[in-house]
Amino acid sequence: MMKEGEVRIPSGCAICGIFSRDGSQICGDRIAHAIALMHNRSNGLGGGFAGYGIYPQYRDHYALHIFYDSLKSREETERFLDSHFDIINLSKIPVRQTDQITDPPLIWRYFVSPLVHKIQDSQLEENEYTARCMIRINNLIEGAYVFSCGKNMGVFKAVGYPEDVARFYRLEDYSGYAWTAHGRYPTNTPGWWGGAHPFALLDLSVVHNGEISSYDANRRAVEMYDYKCNLLTDTEVITYILDYLTRKEKLTLEECANVIAAPFWSTIALKDGQEAARLAYLRKMYSSFLITGPFSILVGFTGGMMALNDRLKLRSLVVGEKGRTVYFSSEEAAIRAVEPELDRIWAPAGGQPVIVTLDEGVRI
Amino acid sequence: MNLIPSRYRINLRKEECIQCRRCTRECSFHAIEFRGGLVFNHEKCVDCQRCVAMCPRDALYITKNENRFACHAVYSTEALKEIYRQSEAGGVLLSSMGSPGRTVPIYFDHLLLNASQVTNPSIDPLREPMETRTFIGRRPEHVERDEVGRLIDNLPPHLELQTPIMFSAMSYGAVSLNVQRALAMAAARTGTCFNCGEGGLHESLYQYAANTIVQVASGRFGVHETYLNSASAIEIKIGQGAKPGIGGHLTGAKIIGDVSKTRMVPEGIDAISPAPHHDIYSIEDLRQLVSSLKEATGYRKPVIVKVAAVHNIAPIASGIARSGADIITIDGFRGGTGAAPMRIRDNVGLPIELAIAAVDQRLRDEKIRDRVSVIASGGIRNSTDVVKAIALGADAVSVGTAALCALGCHLCASCHSGSCAWGIATQKPELVDRLDPEEGAERLCNLISAWTSEIKEIMGGMGINSIEALRGNRLALRAVGLNSRELAVLGVKYGGE
Amino acid sequence: MSVQVNASQVDERTLKDLIESESNIEVTGCLGQRYLGVARKCGQLRITGTPGNGLASYLDGGEIYVHGNVQDAVADTMNDGFLAVDGNAGDALCYAMRGGRVFIRGNAGYRAGVHMKAYRERQSILVIGGRAGSFLGEYLAGGTIAVLGLDCPAGSQLTGYFCANGMYAGSIYLRTTARPVGLSDKLSCHLMDGEEKKAKLEGLIRDYASAFSLDAQQILSGPFLSIEADPHKSYRQLYATL
Repeated sequence: MMKEGEVRIPSGCAICGIFSRDGSQICGDRIAHAIALMHNRSNGLGGGFAGYGIYPQYRDHYALHIFYDSLKSREETERFLDSHFDIINLSKIPVRQTDQITDPPLIWRYFVSPLVHKIQDSQLEENEYTARCMIRINNLIEGAYVFSCGKNMGVFKAVGYPEDVARFYRLEDYSGYAWTAHGRYPTNTPGWWGGAHPFALLDLSVVHNGEISSYDANRRAVEMYDYKCNLLTDTEVITYILDYLTRKEKLTLEECANVIAAPFWSTIALKDGQEAARLAYLRKMYSSFLITGPFSILVGFTGGMMALNDRLKLRSLVVGEKGRTVYFSSEEAAIRAVEPELDRIWAPAGGQPVIVTLDEGVRI
Repeated sequence: MNLIPSRYRINLRKEECIQCRRCTRECSFHAIEFRGGLVFNHEKCVDCQRCVAMCPRDALYITKNENRFACHAVYSTEALKEIYRQSEAGGVLLSSMGSPGRTVPIYFDHLLLNASQVTNPSIDPLREPMETRTFIGRRPEHVERDEVGRLIDNLPPHLELQTPIMFSAMSYGAVSLNVQRALAMAAARTGTCFNCGEGGLHESLYQYAANTIVQVASGRFGVHETYLNSASAIEIKIGQGAKPGIGGHLTGAKIIGDVSKTRMVPEGIDAISPAPHHDIYSIEDLRQLVSSLKEATGYRKPVIVKVAAVHNIAPIASGIARSGADIITIDGFRGGTGAAPMRIRDNVGLPIELAIAAVDQRLRDEKIRDRVSVIASGGIRNSTDVVKAIALGADAVSVGTAALCALGCHLCASCHSGSCAWGIATQKPELVDRLDPEEGAERLCNLISAWTSEIKEIMGGMGINSIEALRGNRLALRAVGLNSRELAVLGVKYGGE
Repeated sequence: MSVQVNASQVDERTLKDLIESESNIEVTGCLGQRYLGVARKCGQLRITGTPGNGLASYLDGGEIYVHGNVQDAVADTMNDGFLAVDGNAGDALCYAMRGGRVFIRGNAGYRAGVHMKAYRERQSILVIGGRAGSFLGEYLAGGTIAVLGLDCPAGSQLTGYFCANGMYAGSIYLRTTARPVGLSDKLSCHLMDGEEKKAKLEGLIRDYASAFSLDAQQILSGPFLSIEADPHKSYRQLYATL
C-alpha cells in the first residue's frame, strides 16, 4: 500500500487549544486531558500536540524534532545539519513505553543555529534559510522527516489516540504559554508518524479538522512559491499558504483569514465601501488561496494563536475564556473538562478569525 | 466531367406535403425549387436543415447520399471527393466551422468529474451560496501598503464576469449585425462579454461597451480611438484555432453597406487580414503593441492576447504573460471559423485540453500563473467542457460555435458561401432579417443560464462553492481510455487511482 | 421520585443503560457524553452539565431538560416529545426534525432547523430564545421555527446569512422588525398584526415562557416577522427535458 504522501488521505478530526495571554505556564497534561474528552472524534490513527514557550532555555535556537527510519538516515541528516548549522544540543526525545503506541521511529531533538557564513552565502534571512534546509531534508534524505523546527516551540505527534501520544511523549514534563492538540480520523491507514498533526513550518503550526474541496487548486498554487507538498494533506497545504501569506507576503492574520475563508461576494456587498473594497481586493489578489469545503483550524505561532472556520462554518468550533486564558475546541465539553467555570463561551461565525496574543510586556 | 455526386439527398413525405412552397423560399442555396411541383437539386443541398425546421408539416428530411465509392481503406470517399474537387477547380479547399477532428481525440470525453461523499459535504446550489463570479486580469506580485499600513488597491483593471463563459470573437462581416446584436444583448443580460472580432464595432453596439471586448487583429479594421474605448477589454488577435498561422480574407461581396463603414474599407473590395501582425515579428514587439494599446486607453482596460493552440504553446504563453498582457486566450484546434483552408483547419494545432493543461503547468513552473488569467476556447460544447477546462487550469472559457447553434446554426459548414439560411453567416439583407436579435438574445441567455446552473450543480457535487477553487483543481478529474503520456500532459490521474 | 446519577462517576455505557432503563432520571456532572436520550419514548430526563453531540436524536416522546449548554446535532431527526435547554445550542440543531418541541433559552449555532418538517398530526416546533446563526431553516419543509432575540436590542438582526434558503413549507417567526439580509425572492416576509400573532403565536409563546419562567405577555408584545414560502415561485423552471 502507498505511504502517506504518495496518496491523498482525507480525514476528520478533533482539535483544541489553550492560550494564556499573561504567559502563565500551562502544563502539557492539561491539553492532553482536554483532547482526550473528544476520543470519539479520532480513530487512533494519529494524534499530536504543539507547545509554545516550552524551551525557554534555548529560546534563540531552532528546536528540530526529527523522525528517522534508520541509523543511516540519522547519520546522513546529522552530516547535513553539521554543515549548515551550529548544533548546540542533541538528544533523543524522552518517551515512555506504552502498549498503545507501537512501532515508533527514532525520534531526535536538536537545538541549532544557522552557520553565519552559510546564511551570508545564501543571501537569505535566517528563517528562510532554515525553512529551506528543513524542506531539503524532508525532500532529499530518505527516511528522515523534520516535523518541528521553530524556536521555543515543539511538535509531538504519533500514530495513536492523542491521550496515548501525550503519555508516550511525557507531555506532563513540558509547560508553556500555549498548546494545540489534534486527534485524527483518517479514512485510510496511513501508518506513518509524519502524517499525524500538527503540521508545522518554523514556529507556525496548524491543527485542522475537515476535508477541503479546493485542495489541488491550493496545492498547485502554493507550490509555485517554493513549497513542496509531500504529505498531500490539507493541513500541510494550509500551513504553507499561511506561511507564504504571513512571512513572504506580510499579510496580517486577519487578512489571511479574509483570503482563505473569503466572504461571499454577496456578503462583501453588504459591507461599507472601504471594507468592501479591502475584502474584494484580497479575494481578487489571492483567489488561488481561497479554501472551500469544511475546515476549522487552530494556528499556533510565537506569541499568539488564531482559530478560524471555513466561510460556511461546516465544522464546529467554540471559544471559551477564563481570566487571561483562552480555550478553543471542536466541542465545548473538552473546554469544560479543564475549566468548568468559564467567564464566557461562544461560537465564532464562519470565516471570522479569533486571534489572541500575549499581553504587552510578557516575556516568554 | 463531374465526378462528385451530391453529399445529401432531400426527401419528401409526399402524403404530408401541402405544396405551400415554404421550403423553396427558405432554401438560400437553391436546392429546392418549384417548377410545377417541388424539384430537388440535391447537389446544392448543404444540410443546413432550414427547410426541415420551417416545413409546417414536417414533410421534409435530409439524408446522406447512400452512394459510395469503392471501399478503399486508404482512400476514403471523402478523400476521393477532395481530389476530384481540386482537380476540377485547382484551388485550396475551403471550409468553415471547427475541425470535425476525425481521428483526434476529444479529451474532454475521456475526463470524468468527482463528487463528494461523506468526508466532505456536497452542496445544493439552489439553496446554498454558489459563486461563479470570475475576475480576469493581471495581478501584481505583491501587495502594497500606505503609510499607515492599509492595503493599496494596486490591481490593474479586471474584467468581471458573472459566469466564466464568454462569447468568442466573431466579426461583423463574417456574421451578421443581428448576430452581434443578439450576442451583445445576451452578454449584457447575463453579465458576461461578447467579442466583436476583427471587423470593427457597429455604432449601434457602443451602448454595450461594458460587455464588449474589441479586437485588434493584423488588418486593424475599424480600429480607432473611440473603438478602443467602447469596450471593457481589448484583445490582440495573433491567431485562431481553426487556422493557426493563416490570415483572413473577407471577400468584397460581403463588404457592403455598414460592413464597409464599420470596417472602414471601401465597398466591394476584399478585406485581407495578413497572416502575422507586420508590427510584431518577435515577442518584444508584442510588448510594444500591448503597451501602445494601454497608452491609448489610459491603462483602464485589460489587454488580452489571443493565440492558437500550437505545438510550443506553453513557452509562447509564458512569453505573452511577460509581455504585459493581462489575459491570454488559447484557442484550440476545434475552434470555429467563417472560412479557413480545410487542410489547415484539420491538421494544424492542438486540442484545447492539451494546450490549456500544458500552459497552466508551464506558467506555474515559472511562478507566474497567478500573474495572468487564461481563457480557453475552441470546442467547448457544454457545461461539463467548461468545468473540465477550468479544472485543467483555465480561468474562464469562451464559446463561439455553441452560441451560433443557439441562434439556429446546424453546423452545415457553409459559412464561406455567404448564403447562410439561418441569417447568421451572411450579409444578404433578406437572410439577415431571418434572425430576430431579441429572440436570439433570449435563446443565448437561456443557454448561458442553463450552463451556469449545471456548472453550479457540478461544483456543488464536488463540495466547491466558488469557481476559483475549481481552477487548476486537477484532482477533480480522472481520466479513462488515455495513455500515460496523455495523462502526464493533462496532469490528471487515471480513474481508480 | 427520580433516580439520580453523577455522570463523572460512571462510564458512558453504564450511563446510557441507566438512562434507558429509568423513566425518571436526573444526570449531573455531564461532560461530553454523546447520544444521551437517543430515541427515548417517555419519561423525564434531567441533565446538568454539557452533554455531548447527538443529544435527543430520534427522540420519540417524553421530556428532556438540560441545565447548561448543548453541543452539535441535537434533536436530530426528532419525531416527538419535548426538549428544553436552559443554555445555548451548537450547530445543526433539529436537523430534519419531524415532530415534538425544542425550546432553547439562549442562542443556536449554524444550520438550526434545517429541513424540519411536518407530517399529519406531527408538527415540529423549534423556539430559540436568543439569536440563530447562518442558514436558519434552510430547506424548511414544514413545522415552525421562532427566534425571539430576548436579550437583543430592538430591531436587531436575529439570524446570520442565508436565512431560510430553499424553504418550501412551514413558518419562521422572528421577533424583530429587521428582515434577514439577502432573503430569497422565493419567500414572502411580512410584519404580523395583533390578530395574526394571537392566532399563530400565543399558545407557542406561552408554552415557551412557562418552560423558562418568562413573561409571555412581554415576549408577545414585541414585533414579529413571519416568513413563508411563496407558493407561486418554485424551482421547476430550472429544468429542461430533452
